[in-house]
Amino acid sequence: MSASTRTKVGVVAGRFAGWLSRTITRGQGATISGRVINKIAPNALQELAEGQRVTLVSATNGKTTTTRFLATALAADGRTVTTNSTGANLASGIAPTLAKATGPGEAVLEVDERVLSKMVDPLAVELLVLGNLSRDQLDRYGEVHALSAAWRETTEAHPELAVIANSSDPHVVWAAMPAKVTWVALGLGWRSDAATCPECGALLSWSVDRFDCPSCGFAQPETENRLDGTDLVLDGERIPLSIALPGTWNLANAALAVMAAAHLGVEPSVAAGALDTVTSVAGRYMSVPLGDSREARVLLAKNPAGWTEVLRFLHHRDTAVVIAVNARVADGKDPSWLWDVPYELLRGKQTAAAGERRLDVAVRLRYAEVDYAIEPDPIMAARALPGDEVHIVATYTQFSALYRKFGYGQ
Amino acid sequence: MTDEKPRDSAVAVGLIYPELLGTYGDRGNAVVLVQRARWRGIPAELVEIAAGDPIPDNLDVYIFGGGEDDPMEMAAAGMRSSKAAIERAHRGGAVVLAICGGYQLIGHRYTAFDGEVLEGIGIVDLETNAGSPRLIGEIVVQPLPNDVWGEHGPPRALTGFENHGGRTTLGPDVAPLGRVLAGGGNGDGSEVEGVLEERIIGTYLHGPVLPRNPELADRILGWVAGDIVPLDATLEQSLRLSRLDAGMVKGTRKWIQDRMLARG
Repeated sequence: MSASTRTKVGVVAGRFAGWLSRTITRGQGATISGRVINKIAPNALQELAEGQRVTLVSATNGKTTTTRFLATALAADGRTVTTNSTGANLASGIAPTLAKATGPGEAVLEVDERVLSKMVDPLAVELLVLGNLSRDQLDRYGEVHALSAAWRETTEAHPELAVIANSSDPHVVWAAMPAKVTWVALGLGWRSDAATCPECGALLSWSVDRFDCPSCGFAQPETENRLDGTDLVLDGERIPLSIALPGTWNLANAALAVMAAAHLGVEPSVAAGALDTVTSVAGRYMSVPLGDSREARVLLAKNPAGWTEVLRFLHHRDTAVVIAVNARVADGKDPSWLWDVPYELLRGKQTAAAGERRLDVAVRLRYAEVDYAIEPDPIMAARALPGDEVHIVATYTQFSALYRKFGYGQ
Repeated sequence: MTDEKPRDSAVAVGLIYPELLGTYGDRGNAVVLVQRARWRGIPAELVEIAAGDPIPDNLDVYIFGGGEDDPMEMAAAGMRSSKAAIERAHRGGAVVLAICGGYQLIGHRYTAFDGEVLEGIGIVDLETNAGSPRLIGEIVVQPLPNDVWGEHGPPRALTGFENHGGRTTLGPDVAPLGRVLAGGGNGDGSEVEGVLEERIIGTYLHGPVLPRNPELADRILGWVAGDIVPLDATLEQSLRLSRLDAGMVKGTRKWIQDRMLARG
């Protein structure tokens, strides 16, 4: 059997497996179909990527949204775009995505932080877009530093590789440095995982807007490109980012996407102008009906950095909040991060603790002196809360359950 | 026991080097101590000692958490240079609560796989070697009788989440915190967990440990604030019982597997 026939057979078998998965289990099917493809045709990635100009997007937080923004910006410029819109971001999810391409064009692919390094060679990547790195599911994946070291091995092996990277994140900076980087300063958010220098291990010194290492000289790279309020400043030009998605973190995602689109030859204003068409990304920010004429908006928060951003956003709103937490494998089995996150920001709001680990949440809220109810089901919990506006903030498997139930078409 | 004297200032709960020793929510232990004191009308404050700063000798509780490799080295260096202050405070009645990496660092040393040695402060006779596999998951520990607990006897079973590769061996005259009912614990074959000395608790229990085990939190508070009134802990006990269940189910499953494997 020739390799390309293998690939075709693999893709067909994989699609069948995906159809089975969707039909039988109501999963999205991308992961199982990718496994089948990889098994039957190990060279499928190389072959499928032929004719595609590949951009990889990775980060602990925001990679799905940044990928969607970038794909939207490229499409607005008339490009043919293939993208993994379901968030299936392991090797097994990327193969079936590429197999769907109908002709040459742009492939914008979200990749999991852990598999980024394995994707660069087989996909002959044109551009890497790197957002941020912070602790995520520590019981499964080990430590942040190990991730940035793996990224750095890739950039050291590919010094000519083009990278768009966030200069405000020490781990990202250290990982990206060896390649041909265009920096953008997205602002300093979560810094609890970057107390020490990735290069030499000394204490990093932090000021309001930059970091540097007093010991080895590692420092935040200088760049004029930056997120400034709701504008991206790019090569001295100020580009307004008017987006429909909430939160400062989505402005950072948008800025990265516009930077990447510009690198790929799209006029920045054209790229930025298209972003407000994105209103929900694989269920993130979707609205679900509460059955009493109200709707709740669903936010996904997977780790302390993500939760902290979300809580800062909610703090300024007049909203009731459901905190829905599971601790299954996909969530990370250790929810101790609850204590690394400032739930005190919810003081004065009506809240509810939901999900399988609602007691952990309730104890956390008690010590934060936040009023809470306890109710396993997030929708029931939301319905019982007063007020016109309700947000459900959910960990991954809680979120997935809501997406399966309410997400089609959003 | 130290002489109990009326407090003339707020209970100072020290969170040592949270940027370095705060990977697994161990800040929660400090929050729980402060809040359970305040809710009883005892003034209390959370004092964060930033990495790079000397550790003062005037805190009432010293909380050392766990961290990643590079941060651990930084933290160990700071702790070693402040060893005299920590010892002075402990002699004067302060409590040391050391979790995971912090637990390893109150001992003599931690020896990594490659033989590299990280020197601790040695205020307790114990040492740790890197081991495999990493011990990850729910853990249940039955505290053992010890004069340290005083008239109340040991608190009821403790629940936590462990995540460490360390194998900790206690010196001959040092008592463990408790017996492992489910999970790994010290992991050196002794089937015990942690260390317990007069006003010193070392343990691998994250979770964090005090929000899940309010009785242990109140013992620590009693050690620094004297007699304390009972405080409602219904919610915390519900959490504790649910985690005990989860831990024991896991422990039982593992126990059965081990027996089946041993039988071949």
